[in-house]
Amino acid sequence: MKRITIDPITRLEGHGKIEIFLNDDGEVGNVYFQVPELRGFEKFCEGRPVEELPAITAKICGVCPGCHHMASGKAVDAVFGVEPPPTAKKLRELFYMAHFVHSHTAHFYALAAPDFVVGPYSPPSKRNILGVIEKVGKEIGTEVIKQRRIAQEIQALLGGHQTFVVMNIPGGVRKGLTEKERDDIVNKAKGFVGFAQFTLRLFEDVVLKNKEYVDIILNGPYNLKLHSMGLVDANNKVNFYDGKVRVVDTEGKELYRYSPPEYLDYVAEHVEPWSYLKFPYLKKIGWKGFIDGQNSGLYHATPLSRLNASDGMATPLAQIEYERMYATLGGKPVHATLAMHWARLVELLYASERCLELALDPDITGSELRAPLGPIPGEGVGIVEAQRGTLTHHYRTDEKGIVTKVNLIVGTTNNHGAISMSIKKAAEGLIKKGVEVTDGILNMIEMAFRAYDPCFSCATHCLPGQMPVILEVREASGELLQRLVRD
Amino acid sequence: MEFKPRIVAFLCNWCSYTGADLAGTSRIEYKANVRAIRLMCSGRIEPTLVLKAFTGGADGVLLCGCHPGDCHYQEGNYRCLRRYLLLQKYIKQVGIESERLKLEWISASEGKQFADLVNSFTETITGLGPCKIKETIAIFK
Amino acid sequence: MEGEKPKLKLAVYWAAACGGCCVSVLDVHEKLFDVTAAADLIFWPIALDTKYADVEKMPDKHIDLTLFNGAVRNSENEHMAKLLREKSKILVAYGSCAHMGGIPGLANFSTKEDLLNRVFGESESVINPDNTRPLPETEINEGILTIPRFYNDVRSLSQVVDVDYFIPGCPPQTERLVEVFTAIVSGAELPPKGSVIGAEIKAQCEECTRVKSENKKIRKFYRPWEISDDGITCFLEQGVICMGPATRAGCGHRCISGNAPCRGCYGPPPGAADPGAKMMSAIASIIDEKEPEEISRVIEDIPDPAGYFYRFSLPVSLIRRKVQ
Repeated sequence: MKRITIDPITRLEGHGKIEIFLNDDGEVGNVYFQVPELRGFEKFCEGRPVEELPAITAKICGVCPGCHHMASGKAVDAVFGVEPPPTAKKLRELFYMAHFVHSHTAHFYALAAPDFVVGPYSPPSKRNILGVIEKVGKEIGTEVIKQRRIAQEIQALLGGHQTFVVMNIPGGVRKGLTEKERDDIVNKAKGFVGFAQFTLRLFEDVVLKNKEYVDIILNGPYNLKLHSMGLVDANNKVNFYDGKVRVVDTEGKELYRYSPPEYLDYVAEHVEPWSYLKFPYLKKIGWKGFIDGQNSGLYHATPLSRLNASDGMATPLAQIEYERMYATLGGKPVHATLAMHWARLVELLYASERCLELALDPDITGSELRAPLGPIPGEGVGIVEAQRGTLTHHYRTDEKGIVTKVNLIVGTTNNHGAISMSIKKAAEGLIKKGVEVTDGILNMIEMAFRAYDPCFSCATHCLPGQMPVILEVREASGELLQRLVRD
Repeated sequence: MEFKPRIVAFLCNWCSYTGADLAGTSRIEYKANVRAIRLMCSGRIEPTLVLKAFTGGADGVLLCGCHPGDCHYQEGNYRCLRRYLLLQKYIKQVGIESERLKLEWISASEGKQFADLVNSFTETITGLGPCKIKETIAIFK
Repeated sequence: MEGEKPKLKLAVYWAAACGGCCVSVLDVHEKLFDVTAAADLIFWPIALDTKYADVEKMPDKHIDLTLFNGAVRNSENEHMAKLLREKSKILVAYGSCAHMGGIPGLANFSTKEDLLNRVFGESESVINPDNTRPLPETEINEGILTIPRFYNDVRSLSQVVDVDYFIPGCPPQTERLVEVFTAIVSGAELPPKGSVIGAEIKAQCEECTRVKSENKKIRKFYRPWEISDDGITCFLEQGVICMGPATRAGCGHRCISGNAPCRGCYGPPPGAADPGAKMMSAIASIIDEKEPEEISRVIEDIPDPAGYFYRFSLPVSLIRRKVQ
């Protein structure tokens, strides 16, 4: 039995490692995706005043702190039994759209684009943002950095701290918007829409017009049939900030549609001793292990899942792209893992349009920022879509609003099972008896993982064109059989 | 070996230290576990000093100052009282028993009261046993 | 180009971290090209594919500058802290977690057992009939799978290895990083080893634009949602706890500009033996009551002193952790 270890996984947020076991035929036997880190927010938030949690839980992730801040803010509102006034909700969603723009832009250009723009079999030294820039021009690279910076400026304007935003307070937000600030955001949002459209055109030119890539997307070892989860509004259109959680099965039929307080009836978590991360699954189906297909209890929560679980996009330009995507890929739902990259760009356009829509809304400069508070009911659930999946915060407090219990199901956590399986499928498809395990194969396995945008989206720039990797293939006894070094 | 508590007492120069001194000159016997630290005013006592005492090995800490209204510097003792009450809340949160920290006003003429305070406090601390903070500090650098 | 100075070999590593410090490095935005002109990034798991084995192979002191962010909370964090100390000329504790333990340091209110029980046992969504817990070693059919050992205590970087400099903040404000980086690259004389850099000596209050008066006397503390913040007056004067007086300036008072009180991520100004004790002292001093019952009533409205005054710094407090 041979064992291939990739440690640590790189170009993502957080720590991870992959163990691939080959059986005596040289075919893949089993694959384990392990998460070696844990900090324990679900414990150390106990005893804290609940209004501090939007700031504390934002520190779960420095790349998507806005997501935690929003889910937390909504959970805190529920703990107080109030709904924020319309202006406050819109300000939150406006911030949130800018947050999505920054994250999706950076992920596509730095993580996804290299594999498609430069090519999955290209030399590793070219498979990064610098290689992308070489192919498409420095102008675009500078534009990516600029758009990301602008999105962050909007975050700072609305939320004070540009990374760990502080805007949420029980019942609303701390800061309003002046007319001048609003006009500035309108201009910036128009820029987002233009840039999102440009990015989709780039994707079309470089990926969709290339038969080889389309073949990899549709027929490569990246097909995983699982149920899809995403937040939808009253019309079943994708919404990142608010709505009900909808789950559709592998055929696209609605399985569940639940509101945040009901989440425990629908989602449960499984524990394995070899990972610090839990494995969420659909409770009513049950834990069936690492299988895919209609009978599996596993699901995924990704941009593709959101599009699969919805009936469309709520903004016009994004809706056109949504229809194009499904028409090209053969209808709904789509199970091609790499299509997540395309879905992410459709979302980028939606977030840009929605950002503009909200900035133009007359309520956005309103002065009613907070709802009055009364006695504290003491329990609340807040759910939003993080860039990488449905995010659930559940709090319980005493009558003074001091936290007694916290439960979290985080974006990428939803996908722990799915990612494990995607990696396994890629490995099974690519590593065969008699086939030398090359670094191209290594990269193709990483592509299975990368499509999920696992918790980190900001590998923009700062890549020196070299991705040193060591791959060791060992016998079970530990004896070294083959060693590949990629400097 | 029988546990011998180590107690640190912060005493203000004008009242409580003089009171403690009086206990001595009056030949009043009291338990010898206390180490006295003299400050000009109980208003100088701040949480850092108390926490350093505990992490430095004290099993109990006493804070003594002039009676309200009698502070040589007018209001220093009130400052001490406020810090003491907030400190009590803090040490409870970090697992140090609130009985280990005590504040009492001792005037310059209250030698006997000082002796009684030390005796009863020492007994309390003996009953509680060694302060576990020592074990924690031993683990950390 | 001839006669060019060799590029600085730069590494950025994260231990028990969130990625925010890595984002703060990326937030140099357009200055990126200046950074890559002056420095070669040679190890940065979030962005590069350099693996641990590559670092092990580096000669000692090969890396010119390592920005180590994240707290030390498991065996892998500790191993990497020690490894990077060997391989780095200058090791910087970058960000609140490496500097003081940070938000993960709040786990020092609990124990390993209680924390694991909550996450894997009691959590409302967990179904775990065998009461499984993650283990450093798990035997499976194919062999043994390993994950790092979870420690009982969270530590800051300097509690594990010798640290050359501290750059505080959650995360450090990028402009401060650029100032430090520019100074190092330009060969400027560095402050004494062990210094806090990239931050001011004075407190937040000096930078904060809110209006302050001489009169700070509190008769009641309010939770932030209990008041209608006027957006202008000092938070403390409105009765809301703000860590500004006990926190270094340097972040640009970014939370205050979002109308939220400071929570102290930049750490204490110089001379504080304990990061929260001075603040406790100051808060108590401004309470305007004399009777014990009245004072107690006021203090009753501070629900979580340890959490307010040691939000980012519990592991480096005098107490270190809650006594077990």
